[in-house]
Amino acid sequence: MFSFDPTEEQKLIIDTARELARKEMAPAAKDADEAAKLPEGFLDRAWELGLAAAAIPAAFNGSDMPRSAVTGALMLEELGAGDLSMALALLTPSAFAYPIVDYGTDGQKEKYLPLCTGASFPKVSVALVEPSMDFDAMALETRAKKSADGYVLNGSKCFVPNGSTAEHFLIYAREGDAEGFENVQAFIVPRGAAGLTVSAKEKNMGVHALDSVELTLKDVKVPANDKVGGDKGVDYERIASYSRIALSALALGVARASYEHSVTYAKERKTFGKPIGTRQSIAFIVADMRIELDGARLLVWEAAWHLDKGEKATKESYLAKLVADEMALKVCDEAVMVMGGHGFIRENPVERWLRNARGFATFDGIALV
Amino acid sequence: MPINFEHNDFIKGVGDGLEGIAKNVMRPISREVDEGEHVREPVEYFKTMWDILKAMGGGAAASPVMGAKEGGDKRKRTGNVLSIVFVEKLAYGDCGMYLSTPMPLLGGAAVGAAGTAEQKTKFLKRFGEGEPKWAAMAITEPGTGSDAGAITTTATPDGPDHYLLNGEKIFVTAGKRAVVDSEGFVVVWATVDKSAGRAGIKSFVVDHHTPGMTVVKTEHKHGIRCSDTAVIVFENCRVPKENVLGDPEVKVAKTTEGFKGAMATFDATRPPVAASAVGVGRAALEALEEKLAAKGVKLPYGKAPNKLTARERDVMLMQAKVKASWLLTVQASWMADMGEPNNLEASICKCKAGRDMVWVCQKAVELMGPEGYSRKELFEKWMRDSKIGDIYEGTQQIQKLVVARRIFDYGRDELA
Repeated sequence: MFSFDPTEEQKLIIDTARELARKEMAPAAKDADEAAKLPEGFLDRAWELGLAAAAIPAAFNGSDMPRSAVTGALMLEELGAGDLSMALALLTPSAFAYPIVDYGTDGQKEKYLPLCTGASFPKVSVALVEPSMDFDAMALETRAKKSADGYVLNGSKCFVPNGSTAEHFLIYAREGDAEGFENVQAFIVPRGAAGLTVSAKEKNMGVHALDSVELTLKDVKVPANDKVGGDKGVDYERIASYSRIALSALALGVARASYEHSVTYAKERKTFGKPIGTRQSIAFIVADMRIELDGARLLVWEAAWHLDKGEKATKESYLAKLVADEMALKVCDEAVMVMGGHGFIRENPVERWLRNARGFATFDGIALV
Repeated sequence: MPINFEHNDFIKGVGDGLEGIAKNVMRPISREVDEGEHVREPVEYFKTMWDILKAMGGGAAASPVMGAKEGGDKRKRTGNVLSIVFVEKLAYGDCGMYLSTPMPLLGGAAVGAAGTAEQKTKFLKRFGEGEPKWAAMAITEPGTGSDAGAITTTATPDGPDHYLLNGEKIFVTAGKRAVVDSEGFVVVWATVDKSAGRAGIKSFVVDHHTPGMTVVKTEHKHGIRCSDTAVIVFENCRVPKENVLGDPEVKVAKTTEGFKGAMATFDATRPPVAASAVGVGRAALEALEEKLAAKGVKLPYGKAPNKLTARERDVMLMQAKVKASWLLTVQASWMADMGEPNNLEASICKCKAGRDMVWVCQKAVELMGPEGYSRKELFEKWMRDSKIGDIYEGTQQIQKLVVARRIFDYGRDELA
């Protein structure tokens, strides 16, 4: 039967993530954004909590947590409410490791999963998005051509998280000419590969603290062994669903931070002697934020639940992300309006949330539940 | 029980059966009863539902909005969820016809929520026997809408055992069917003491054909035309004291408990109203999807969202809005089943479903083009029917007011 109660285990994970968000992420978010740099030591400290890439099997020295999109969605909403740059950076190892867990050959698992089970934060990254208005995961412009002893990759990537320090990249490319998910395949490329150029840190509208880079691939040779899953490859349609749920859950978090800030502010801020929350013009805006946030959350949970049942959940996760992206943008925009001119000042977090929220329309494949 | 998005087998079975009635009994006459407002009664539907509901025991068992009172292990309660499935399926068939279902509905809910055991027997037993019957609820007056505390219909003592009702009630759903066409009843809100304000308001069960009660008009409406919406005038209408629901005395302290109790029933009735909106939205959406499928149109889930065509995006947003509205409605009802306060969630689902299903149905007409606007198809009817979901049981704006009061923790004096 229908139920909306997280399990005890899930509540524990929510609490851990919420604590991290409240104590470490939110208070440091402004300085990190201004400095365009994550807080010193944040990733190593957060990594110790075991929230990211936790579903790596014990056989590979992982935390062996059951893989659950629902649990992931619950956790990511909390991290998203803390700070989006920090959350995306922290979650990058999951996006590298989970396709290998799900589809990798034994050799790939043995070779690459230990990169994500050590004591310090893993130096890995993932590259899907391409620097073009035509970017579409179903029709990647980065191509993988079969060669005598493996593959040759050509193309360019952007929004590659933790890119400045990453030693290994999971790079998605189109194999063959046809469009569609079945031709999206993943290749593991070391930083030193001939023909791979890593740019300086990108400058984006939001998520300033996230160390994202561009990659240029010019005839990069990848041994056949490093195509994830070998000849069978990966099921990108399913990976895409995991990604949409992860990003939608983060969007819920960013929106929730904006909503909660608006509730608090509207009760405190007075005009003409009364809190602005007592006026319908403001109260109705905040009520709408809550209504749309709650609606989007259930779409995300439902999509995650379908995925956990073993379905591909393509339609469900796509609709959830379509709604969550727009909802987050609208809620964050309204949070700026509730504060009026103060919302435009960088001392207050709402303008940062608005800049971050716009990114969800672009983000793809960089976080997985 | 962990997060789950599936009904149990019993509810699934009931839902499938009702969807069959929606498609096979309601849809074939949907257009006819809409065009034949006040004239063409949906007798086929009356008979089908009356036979089913009577077999289920009629009365309390047949009033879907009474799930909140269910006993037993609360983790297994599903009465409220069952009731929204019931409503959504029938509204999917035809919302006007659903509102015309011969059953206790809102009037019955009031008796169930506030009546004594004797009152429940006296007024609800009839729904398990004889010919089809209806029960109505009369609150709104020409001068009062959502401010139900401002009603002016009076109840004055007439001897030790009776009251005389005087006043005019409007927007009484199934009012004519309840008190003129059948042996049903109407629950009337009237004040026994105007100086007591909301504390002076009591609910009176007025039986069918009681002298002094006249249905003076049934409204001609934008949508849900099959549903009769009556204006009822009370002129020295004599009602026995035992027909007063709850305590007939006005408390000396003039508490508003009774009024609050009446308003609290909205927590149970708003999700079913949201469900009725979702039913209409889903009807329009599914009909549109069928038309698109027949044309070979496939929706490209997975494509970069900034490359969708306007039509693809519209249909996808329709799908998402129907689903989100439904899930919010299920959540609010599930909370009621679990015995959790759901005042906030009940208003959230009603606000969202009411508003978004109007958008969905308007989009369906737009996307269907001339076929959508034509009365040959049902799209334009669904659009007209959908608008009531944005209005009744508290308009979208009233719901926002409730939501805002809850999230700011404001009383009615701080946020009006």
